[in-house]
Amino acid sequence: MESVSEVEAMAEKLAGQSGLDEDECFRVTMAVREAAVNAVLHGNEYDPAKCITASLENTGKALVFVISDEGRGVDPATLPDPRDPENLLRGTGRGIFLIRSFMDEVHFRQLHPGTELTLVKYLAPPGEKA
Amino acid sequence: MALTIASREVDGVTVLDLSGRITLGEGSVQLREAVRDLISKGSRNILLNMSDVNYIDSSGLGELVSAFTTAKNQGASVKLLGLTKKVKDVLQLTKLYTVFDVYEDEAGGIASFK
Repeated sequence: MESVSEVEAMAEKLAGQSGLDEDECFRVTMAVREAAVNAVLHGNEYDPAKCITASLENTGKALVFVISDEGRGVDPATLPDPRDPENLLRGTGRGIFLIRSFMDEVHFRQLHPGTELTLVKYLAPPGEKA
Repeated sequence: MALTIASREVDGVTVLDLSGRITLGEGSVQLREAVRDLISKGSRNILLNMSDVNYIDSSGLGELVSAFTTAKNQGASVKLLGLTKKVKDVLQLTKLYTVFDVYEDEAGGIASFK
């Protein structure tokens, strides 16, 4: 979990320096933490022999976070909606939903093995000058 | 900041004063164990004071739900007090705000168990 905390701290710092307001910084940091936790917990299944990698970038127009694991991979299309009544009382399954709610773009790429998650937060709405 | 939990009794209600973060590796397990311990010792009315909880992740949400369902299955009740804006927003976003009884003042929360 130390790696998750490191990624979270870096994301918080980058978001804080990007001009986003406090609430947006919080949401972005939370989304990145969720992605890192997913990579460790679900991707690598807590296997200490496996690594997660994370890259964070401010492109000037967006914050781009790329987190990858070495696990079996996941099909995002099969993830249930945690807000559905039949899922509401489940103990798990909200991480990806929160990521999608807080970020402007979320992309999955299967690495075989592993999954790469790209999270994008616009610093200005698309179509407007940054 | 790790989660700290303090317990007190008010009018037959066990109030757990939570402080810090409820996240995977930093408090979610503590919360689970605290609630289960209370229920195993006979507590039936549990009010989670979250006014000093500044962060909850999906794992923390899962533990709140687990506490709720564990309590319900054993004839007990878990209710929430004093949600900060950030935590409330996440609960509303995930529709978990509809699951829990949430109170803004302790007196109201305590009275709700009667």
